[in-house]
Amino acid sequence: MTAVLPTQSDSLERGWLTDLEDEAIHIIREVVGQFERPVLLFSGGKDSIVMAHLAMKAFWPSRLPFALMHVDTGHNFAEVIEYRDRKVAEWGVKLIVASVQDAIDAGRITETPGQTRNPLQTIPLLDAITSNKFDAVLGGARRDEEKARAKERVFSVRDDFGQWDPRNQRPELWDLYNGRHRTGEHVRVFPLSNWTELDIWAYIEREGIEVPNIYYAHQREVVDRDGMLLAITEFTPPREGETVRTESVRYRTVGDATCTGAVASIAGSVADIITETAASTISERGATRADDRASEAAMEDRKRQGYF
Amino acid sequence: MPAGLLRVVTAGSVDDGKSTLVGRLLHDAKAVLADQMTAVQAASERRGYAGADLALLVDGLRAEREQGITIDVAYRYFATPRRTFILADTPGHVQYTRNTVTGASTADVAVILVDARSGVVEQTKRHLAVASLLRVSEIVLAVNKMDLVEFSEAVFDAIVTDFAAAAASLGVAHFTPIPVAALSGANIVTKSPQLDWYGGQALLEFLETVEPAVRADLPARFPVQVVLRPRTAEHPDYRGYAGRVEAGVLHRGDKVQVLPSGRVSVVAGIDTPTGELSEAPAGRSVTVRLEDDVDIARGDLIVVDGDPAPVVTRELQATVCWLTDRPLRAADRYQLRHTTRDVRAIVDAVESKLDIATVTPIPASELNLNDIGTVRIRLAEPIIVDPYALNRSTGAFLLVDETSGATVAAGLVR
Repeated sequence: MTAVLPTQSDSLERGWLTDLEDEAIHIIREVVGQFERPVLLFSGGKDSIVMAHLAMKAFWPSRLPFALMHVDTGHNFAEVIEYRDRKVAEWGVKLIVASVQDAIDAGRITETPGQTRNPLQTIPLLDAITSNKFDAVLGGARRDEEKARAKERVFSVRDDFGQWDPRNQRPELWDLYNGRHRTGEHVRVFPLSNWTELDIWAYIEREGIEVPNIYYAHQREVVDRDGMLLAITEFTPPREGETVRTESVRYRTVGDATCTGAVASIAGSVADIITETAASTISERGATRADDRASEAAMEDRKRQGYF
Repeated sequence: MPAGLLRVVTAGSVDDGKSTLVGRLLHDAKAVLADQMTAVQAASERRGYAGADLALLVDGLRAEREQGITIDVAYRYFATPRRTFILADTPGHVQYTRNTVTGASTADVAVILVDARSGVVEQTKRHLAVASLLRVSEIVLAVNKMDLVEFSEAVFDAIVTDFAAAAASLGVAHFTPIPVAALSGANIVTKSPQLDWYGGQALLEFLETVEPAVRADLPARFPVQVVLRPRTAEHPDYRGYAGRVEAGVLHRGDKVQVLPSGRVSVVAGIDTPTGELSEAPAGRSVTVRLEDDVDIARGDLIVVDGDPAPVVTRELQATVCWLTDRPLRAADRYQLRHTTRDVRAIVDAVESKLDIATVTPIPASELNLNDIGTVRIRLAEPIIVDPYALNRSTGAFLLVDETSGATVAAGLVR
């Protein structure tokens, strides 16, 4: 997490973004060069939007040589689903939706009442990877997000069970990415590994990329829950004793509505968001993700099981 | 990379206080956010530590936190008003040396830590050998725990002398020694009055101002990653070669050769989605069109005419870092991965290995885990190489186990 903006000059900042872009495009092209059936995870969140943008740039003027996939918990922000569907149509790309609700209905997973569906995404994700025979899964995870992710490779092999073995990762030397894997295994690929939250916003600004409007400050009914500002939705009604109030908020991360908190904000533009992000003293997941708070190693435990 | 960014790798043996140093650097450079610090304080209390253990900022894996050691490379990102940093924190245990190799392969600066009480040990020499072999252009010797040797200049000088001897036998021209105490923060961000005999910069100041040596450049090298043929109404006949410039500067109008076939052509255009470029320097991901309709596939290398020319070869003399338990012996078969090309390889001979204690080569017939040695390799098809000393991209390769897919060696073309 970068706490200070590089301030020497605009050209310096732009130079750094161009390097990040070149690195990500190089990685995305390696995936198409080395794998038979890649797929790009696309939730309508800012990181996956930047991923889709980079992928389209990587293969221009050809069409995107792989599909997008959304692992849908069913507990979405309506604005994000509207954005997702509109963009997929505009770009002319294929979208696969792996549904947590379908997996619950089919008895593949069991929902714990009152608990977020976020960890439940692992089974539908792995099922979709298996049934579509995907051998490479491109994701927008960044190493600056979380301490277990800081240990992740750019090309990260998952075994037949989709599991990550952090103690036995392949050495990743220079930028020679090794995508060789056995039948049944697949490789998770993270082209944004070296980006920070601030880099993502600076790039969104530079490229003029549209993001769902819940990233900008807006009036919303919220309650205080688990130390976060949680929006009142049909999936998250107020609990007894909670006071609903209306506040100017925005989202720093967009995930399952039941575990993603908002932050108080008046940032109405990308430039405002960059200023707020640079001045923030709280990390993006610390501010807004209840799912990382379960234990010191909550993210590592979920990743080992096959989570994003 | 632009002047704004520096890639740093830290290495040291067990308990030299490396994670503490990195944590201190992040903390004192104000790159640690309030919630992360609160989590570290809470975790330290649960473990019964006296103060906040800054190592818990970087040791993210359960096993690392339980054992109090670093197992895998952690990448951290921070910025000061002067520079942006990518910091690869690598483990000290001998068994995890391969992770140090990983961190060093992309680094501009290596910070090698020693404990002032124990001085230069075998791991120090191993890390120095790795950093020098992988051509990390700046090496810092950080002598840590100076507080435990009463900030003694004589202790520091003796360690610097030992390190200089090892550096000399590895051909390392210069390094920068800095006395520090990571636990208290002495000489990490600001100079410490207890080390007033030291006339140099504090560690962060050095990292903010150091200019890594620019190596002599080669004529442009462009390995083809993917061939783009959209066949759309808008671009019915478009044929472009997508890749990244790995050396020199590629210009529109450059006379080029496509290797290994040797066919010649001229660069007709350098395309990006936002417009054509007249030139593209090393590091840029672009799409190249040629004037002639030549047969080009992934794995081919487009090179600009000029000296030195790359070598098209089926035999390699190479230095390798061996990264797996099973030893490397003559007649072993592997997949060799170089730029965007994969070829089958047979090890013809293991010639020598580096004796870490004396940092000199000794005869060897096999390489074991973490050994660094020289080998001769024969290839099923030609690859196009430059010496690693001239270019990190076209001079580097991996050996990959054909069955498991594991990366078993880092190779450097001699």
